[in-house]
Amino acid sequence: MGYVYTFLIGGAICAIGQLLMDATKLTAPRVLVIFVVAGAVLQGLQLYEPLVELAGSGATVPLPGFGYVLAKGAMEGAREGLLQAVMGGVKAASGGIAVAVSWGYIVSLIFSPKSIVR
Amino acid sequence: MNDNDKKKKREAKAYEKYVKNFTPKPHYTMNILKAFIVGGSLCTAAMYVQNVLTETGVSKEMAGNYVTVGIVMLAQLLTGLGLFDSIGKFAGAGVIVPISGFANAMVSTAIEYKKEGPVLGVGGKMFTVAGPVLVCGISASAVIGIIYWVIGVTG
Repeated sequence: MGYVYTFLIGGAICAIGQLLMDATKLTAPRVLVIFVVAGAVLQGLQLYEPLVELAGSGATVPLPGFGYVLAKGAMEGAREGLLQAVMGGVKAASGGIAVAVSWGYIVSLIFSPKSIVR
Repeated sequence: MNDNDKKKKREAKAYEKYVKNFTPKPHYTMNILKAFIVGGSLCTAAMYVQNVLTETGVSKEMAGNYVTVGIVMLAQLLTGLGLFDSIGKFAGAGVIVPISGFANAMVSTAIEYKKEGPVLGVGGKMFTVAGPVLVCGISASAVIGIIYWVIGVTG
């Protein structure tokens, strides 16, 4: 049963993104920013956690999930102190960020624009 | 504003209207359906891998991390190989809205500006799209953290 919710919620978030890109003049980067901030704000209001409990990866793999991880880390850090509250977000998301930056850099150095088919 | 400016503005508007006649309308239903199915499948596959990892004794939190990292690395490799664009053309938001789109944006912009060198070209342009996402996301999390800290101290 869990997988059904994962599919439905994950698909629905992507469908909303597609609608935003088609129906409005928003470009993909703007949609990405909106989704990350929306995820963070929803978690700040404690509305995203229930969605994660219901759908698992369906809520964490789309970009609002990235905002959710950032906000959740910050909220956990806030229990320890002010600096921990500011640090918490990056700390919680550090795995994804570190790999995306380093692996992305290596891949970009290896491959050339010719390999991208347009 | 003088007459010349007004005229220019009018012309620009007329041109915009003219272009609109020829711009193909997106196939809303089809695009949304594709994004829904591909995005949903990607999330379901991620959930499956995460569940398998948890069963083998990896903690739930780390299993989630492994899955995220796996999707990021795969998306970036596919971008380097030039395959991600073909997938993206079909699936649209189905692969752009998941974390794979964020990973793809870093590599595709970096490769495009490779001519400008490994530091300012690749290293700098990696963040054309990822930069705003990180800046807005991290700032939002810092603000939320501070608000929770204030609530914790005062309440």
